[in-house]
This record gives sequence, C-alpha cells and structure tokens, in this order.
Amino acid sequence: MSTNALTQTWFMTQRQLMAVLRQPAYVVLMLIQPAVWLFLFGNLFKKVVELGGFGTTTYLDYLVPGIVVMSALSSNMWAGMGTLEEIERGTLNRFLTTPVSRGALMNANVVQQGLTTAVQSVVIILLGKLGGADYPGGAAGLVVLVVAASLLGTVFGALSNALGMLVRERESIIGINTFLLLPLTFLSSAFMAPSQMPGWMRHIADFNPLDWAMVAGRSAMTANPDWSDVLTRGGGLLALAVAAVWLSTRTFRAYQRSV
Amino acid sequence: MNTPAPAVEARQLIKTYPGDVTALSGMDVTVEPGTVFGLLGPNGAGKSTTVKILTTLARPDSGTATVAGHDVLRHPDRVRRAIGVVAQKSGADPVATGRENLQLQGRLYGLRGAALRRRVDELLARFHLADAAGRQVKGYSGGMQRRLDVALGLVHRPEVLFLDEPTTGLDPEARTAMWDEITRLAGDEGLTILLTTHYLEEADRLAERIAIVDRGRVVVEGTPDALKGELRGDAVHMELREAVGDSGRTSLKDSLSALPGVHEVLFDGRRISVRAEDGAAAVPALLGALERVGVGVAAATVARPSLDDVYLRYAGRRYADAEAAADSAESTESTENLALAGGA
Repeated sequence: MSTNALTQTWFMTQRQLMAVLRQPAYVVLMLIQPAVWLFLFGNLFKKVVELGGFGTTTYLDYLVPGIVVMSALSSNMWAGMGTLEEIERGTLNRFLTTPVSRGALMNANVVQQGLTTAVQSVVIILLGKLGGADYPGGAAGLVVLVVAASLLGTVFGALSNALGMLVRERESIIGINTFLLLPLTFLSSAFMAPSQMPGWMRHIADFNPLDWAMVAGRSAMTANPDWSDVLTRGGGLLALAVAAVWLSTRTFRAYQRSV
Repeated sequence: MNTPAPAVEARQLIKTYPGDVTALSGMDVTVEPGTVFGLLGPNGAGKSTTVKILTTLARPDSGTATVAGHDVLRHPDRVRRAIGVVAQKSGADPVATGRENLQLQGRLYGLRGAALRRRVDELLARFHLADAAGRQVKGYSGGMQRRLDVALGLVHRPEVLFLDEPTTGLDPEARTAMWDEITRLAGDEGLTILLTTHYLEEADRLAERIAIVDRGRVVVEGTPDALKGELRGDAVHMELREAVGDSGRTSLKDSLSALPGVHEVLFDGRRISVRAEDGAAAVPALLGALERVGVGVAAATVARPSLDDVYLRYAGRRYADAEAAADSAESTESTENLALAGGA
C-alpha cells in the first residue's frame, strides 16, 4: 500500500472515530452494558466456580474474558448499520467520486473497529479489576485478550459490513444479529467451564470463533500460560479476520458495480 | 472556426440494471468547455445514470465517454481529479461540522496545511457558511446543506462540475438562492457545469444548452430560447367522451389543423392537445369542428405551454405518465412530485 493510501486510511479512520465520539449516548451504552453483564452474571453464577474446572479462584476472574469477547461481538456486529446509512445518505458515493484509494475506505472501517474494540476491552478489564478480579497472567495475558477480542471484532464487523452492502436492509441486520448473539455466546465457554458443558455443546464450542478468543485470552491470562493454545486459537482468529475482510472487500466491489 | 475539445463527451451510452431495467438506451451528450449544460427529464429518464457514468461511479454496458479529455473507463482516477460532484443526495457527514467536511474533502485531493485552510475559509465565506462552520451539519437547514454540498464539490477547483438535481427538495427561497449561486459559478473562469433537473424553469434560467431526456436517450437538444420558441402560443387540451379510432384520427387531425391559428394537433388516448396562437380564440372553432364530425367533448382547457407540452411533443408521451412509469419501474430514484413549470 502506498504512503498515500496509508495517510488516506488515517483520514478516513479519524472521521469514523470522531463520528463514534460525537455520539456520547452510544459510547456510554457501549461501556455500561458490559458493566451490567459483569455485575449480573458475576452475581448470578458466583457459586458455579465451586463445580470445578474453571481454573480460576473466583468466578469474576473467569467471567471477565467472556464479557470482553461477548462485548466485542455485540458492538461490532452492528457495523453494517453504519455502512448502510453511509450508502443511503450518499456519503459513500461522494467519496467514490474523489480520488481516494478504495482500499482506504475499507481499511478505515477495520482500523476504527479494531481501535474501538480495544478501548472497550480495556475498560471492561479495568471494571473487572475494580470489582475485585485477579489477572495472574499480568500485562502479557491482558494484551493477548485485547488483541483476540479486536480480531473477533474485525471478523464480525467485516461480515456485518458485507451484509449491509449486500442486503441493504436494516431489518435483515437486526434479525440476523438478534438471532446470532445469544446462541454464539452460550455455545462458548463465556460463562461455563468447558468441562461442565454438555459434550455436544463443547464440540460445537470448539468451532466457535468466540470460544477461540476466550480460550486464547484465558490461557494467556493464567499464571502459567499454555502458549500453544494461544497460538492455535489466535492464528485461527487471524485467518478468519483476513477472510472476512477479504469477503467484505469483494462485496464492496460488487456494491460499486451495482451503483 | 476552431472548436476546443468538449469538456464532456458521451457517445451511445447503454446501461441496463438487473431485472432488465433499461436506464440508458443510447445516450449522447456533448458539453462545450466553460458552458452550463442542462439535462432535463422526469425521474427515471436516465439523467442520474448518465451522471453516475460520467463521474466514474457506474460503468456503462457499452458506449464511450470522456470528461475533461480523460476516458472514464480507462482513466477513472484522472477523471476524478478533474471533476466535482454534487449528487442528488447530500453526501455530507452529518456529525462532522461544515469545516471538517470541507477539510477532509480537501485532504482527499491532496490539499494540506495553509493552502487547505485558505481554500476552506474561502469556500465557507463564498457559500455564506462561515458562521455555521463550527456546527454539525445535521443542524443545517436544507439550503445550507445544499450550499455545503456545492462547496464540497469545488474544494479542489475542478474543471467540470456535476450538479445532479441541485434544488430538488428545497423551498422556493432556498431554490432562488441556489440559482444565484450557480449563476455566479457559471461566471467562474473556465468552469464547465453539467446540471440535471426536472424543472423546466431551472434549466431555462441556468443552462446555455438543454437536452431533453426520455427513456434513456436525448430526444431534443438546443438553447432554451430555441426550444421555447418552438412552443410559441397556447396549449388547448380537450378531453373526449370516447376515444377516436385510428382512421378517424387522421381526418380529424387534418380538419383541426386546417383551422386558422392552429399549429399542431396531438392525440394521446382520449385527449387531444392543440397548439394555437391564441388558445381562447381557437376553442370555439375547435369545438365546432369536433361537433360537426360527431365527437363529444367532455372538457376543454387552455394553458400556457409547459414542460408537459415539450415532453408530449418530443417524447411522444406525457410527463406525468413518464414519471409514473419510471416510479413503478425504478424505486431507487427520488419520487418527489414534479412541479410542472407551466407558464414559466
């Protein structure tokens, strides 16, 4: 990518970040909702840790990575709504008639979503700390969790953008997201230790990218991380993110042909 | 005479959208540099599709087009540097301020630092947006947003400016103000403007040449004066009690055309439209002639020639029918009501 495309990516990312920050209600909700989850699930399931297999001393320690990943999913899966709005408003077409690099338009989405997810993840980690959670893996473990959550956010952000450009209907995005959010979350180790899950659920979870992000984060966050777990799951997420961004770039080209 | 290369030249553009919607069926447009050219037609006539192809957004199925001397298919990037586009929909970012919108637009064309600041200030002042420059665009009035859209299109001093329905949806006051802005723009050194509109009055007022577009092609082209000149006199519309057969039409047409002061007779279903030097004076003679051959008339109206008459004459169908057909065929274009500029 030329330096020109890089600068342009930065200009477009700035614009998107500013758009997020200028909607304080959205920012507040994005940060309050995870706090509510932490509080609700943290109290509701406090005792399940006694069943064993969680690998942490308290349930909150176990829960924080689950909420970080769940929030990365739930905030990025709406990215397509923004893209749809930009199409309907004519903003996307305005940019397409300028010499701006086509890659910069797409990359700005990815960078913005990655940065936003990282900030959101850090805030949840701090909230957990405030609530008494312990992170024995230290900074390295937390960085892995944030990176894994951002990669997962990229996957679903890119898929949501592709969906927005393809179907151009808010209802479809809402329907699919509502349908996916809870099953994807519960078919993972977000709230329950894998050894306590029914066998069939555990097998499904093995193929669930949410679970990969949680496993990578949790492994890295233990006192003695199993780095092979981190690498396989992290590698899987990276490959998936590349594939999803590729798909959304293809969809973007299809959109350009349909104008 | 030494004629300079055209600023815009489209030849035989054809474009079909999925679902067999023919948007363009052989569109030809030539715009001389430094002039204002108006594409006039109802929704779905192909104006916006033409603009999309000329501004590199869409690709034609066949045909060629050059803008500012660059081929839109082979060198879209060169075209993009040479053009400014004000699309039908305001593409301004509503959560950004007017200044931020202009700054980003300038940066995309490579403007930086003091030069960018100067250009943005200049445009804000020129389009009376200096006081609102620091406010988010979502709080702007329709007229302010439209002025910002035009400023966005001009940030890099383009050679060719495209204005796609620049005043659709504006209230009359904002429309008049926008007309004044466009008139001033037309005076800019060397700027070529291609304007699309469905208001006859707008094309008449702003464009040096007009092309009337119907069903994806140009049906007539000329200066506004020449087009209007051909429509001198009044239009008399008569609603018949029942339709006249083909054979009856020919003889009826002949007898009506023979009446003094009657220029042109057109049949459109149960309707007969006549152009007459003095409409009011012609009505009794017309009614008399119809009565003699036993054709009953339900209603007769006299009107100054309107865009509808231009349409009926050149496109062979009424403007309202063209709009209705377009609306049912293509829901993507705006379906705002057409203000027939009668007597303009």
